[in-house]
Amino acid sequence: MSYDRAITVFSPDGHLFQVEYALEAVRRGSTAIGVRGADCVVLAVERRALAKLQDSRTIRKIVSVDERSVLAFAGLTADARVLINKTRVEAQSYRLSCEDAPSVEYLARYIARTQQKYTQRGGVRPFGIATLLAGFSEPENGEEKGKPVLYQTDPAGTHSSWKAQVIGGRNAKSLREFLEKNYQDDMSEELAIKLSIQALLEVVDSGAKNMEICVVREGGVKSIMAEEEVDTIVKEIESEIEEGKKSTTTEGDDEE
Amino acid sequence: MDTVFGVEYDGGVILAADQANARSILIYQSNLDKITHLSSHSAMGVSGPNADLVNFTEYIAKNLALYELSNDGLKLSTHAQAHFARGELATALRKGPYQVNVLLGGYDISSSKASLYTIDYLAAMTKVHYGCQGYASNFCLSIMDRDWKEGLTKDQAIAIVEKCIKELQVRFLISQPNFIIKCIDKEGVNVIKYGADPADN
Repeated sequence: MSYDRAITVFSPDGHLFQVEYALEAVRRGSTAIGVRGADCVVLAVERRALAKLQDSRTIRKIVSVDERSVLAFAGLTADARVLINKTRVEAQSYRLSCEDAPSVEYLARYIARTQQKYTQRGGVRPFGIATLLAGFSEPENGEEKGKPVLYQTDPAGTHSSWKAQVIGGRNAKSLREFLEKNYQDDMSEELAIKLSIQALLEVVDSGAKNMEICVVREGGVKSIMAEEEVDTIVKEIESEIEEGKKSTTTEGDDEE
Repeated sequence: MDTVFGVEYDGGVILAADQANARSILIYQSNLDKITHLSSHSAMGVSGPNADLVNFTEYIAKNLALYELSNDGLKLSTHAQAHFARGELATALRKGPYQVNVLLGGYDISSSKASLYTIDYLAAMTKVHYGCQGYASNFCLSIMDRDWKEGLTKDQAIAIVEKCIKELQVRFLISQPNFIIKCIDKEGVNVIKYGADPADN
């Protein structure tokens, strides 16, 4: 008997195949990277080559789900649209009931709960997307400012907080290792942006037009970096790599 | 018993409302702000029981925020916002009506024009140059009929509003000492003056 058709059926060795296939759909999606700095979160996404006749402005991979929370996803774009719309309604509903903004954690929990629901109902399939949710926590215990937070959800319906994370793309595993090697706590905004672009350059062809970088600052304010700015940093990184190659014999020695 | 009125001028709308929150013979508070901000460039002056007032305005405001968020920051025109609000009033009419009378004013950046809509509790709506809700209409509409003309400046519009407030304070049986006056123009929704600070708790 095939254990991978109906979502609600376990296989004998405890797998939910539909969920695993959904994870595979995420891997086929374009890469999204999130890096948490000392006072910002950077979201960097791969922009796959568009058809010549397509208007690039209509492809949005980094979206606001609330005034104070920003989301990037990897996987099936149509599924993402549905899940994002549900989350937006939930955020406004929370604001209407509680007269306050929902925390990033609340929204991540909501997305995860929704994704899990679709793994336990008959006749539906899971959402084929993983999301990265970025924002700031509320200041507590006499703090002046909130702290940056980065959450990830996946098709299985789990959510967790990360210092830096990669979703989507065939090389997610090696990118995660790259981030583990080069991540430092409390990075400045500049360093966090540089790290995200460095990581993204491992999978995309060089050039600002293949990536979209978004910086989320205090208060959840979203700011998409201009192409020229991104280009400058890309050139900086590439020249550093060149110098690294010239001065040492070991290959690909990125600075820091 | 609430008084809400609005006057359109060239480049904006002035909305004014009294600040009393009262029921029967008791005044609960006298610093209520009955002009709720809907979006960055629109606001709704509402009269009616406090429960419906708050419920209706918050509901409309949050739905407008959802629209903006879901449509990549696209702002709804005042025309669309007014029709949406009217639609919600109409739908609720034969289920659980909101007993609110609304004056919705807004400024459209794309056309650089301001507009004012009056919607009563039965969801009847018209676009107007000036309007009054409540008993105030008996006193103030005649002043506005006489003084309003095309191409008013902001100061002229405020002068009409102040004239109306003075008339009410002299001739209206119910004492309304505090009024809050707001202006909606290309700078957004801003308070011009208030009788009592709504933020005082």
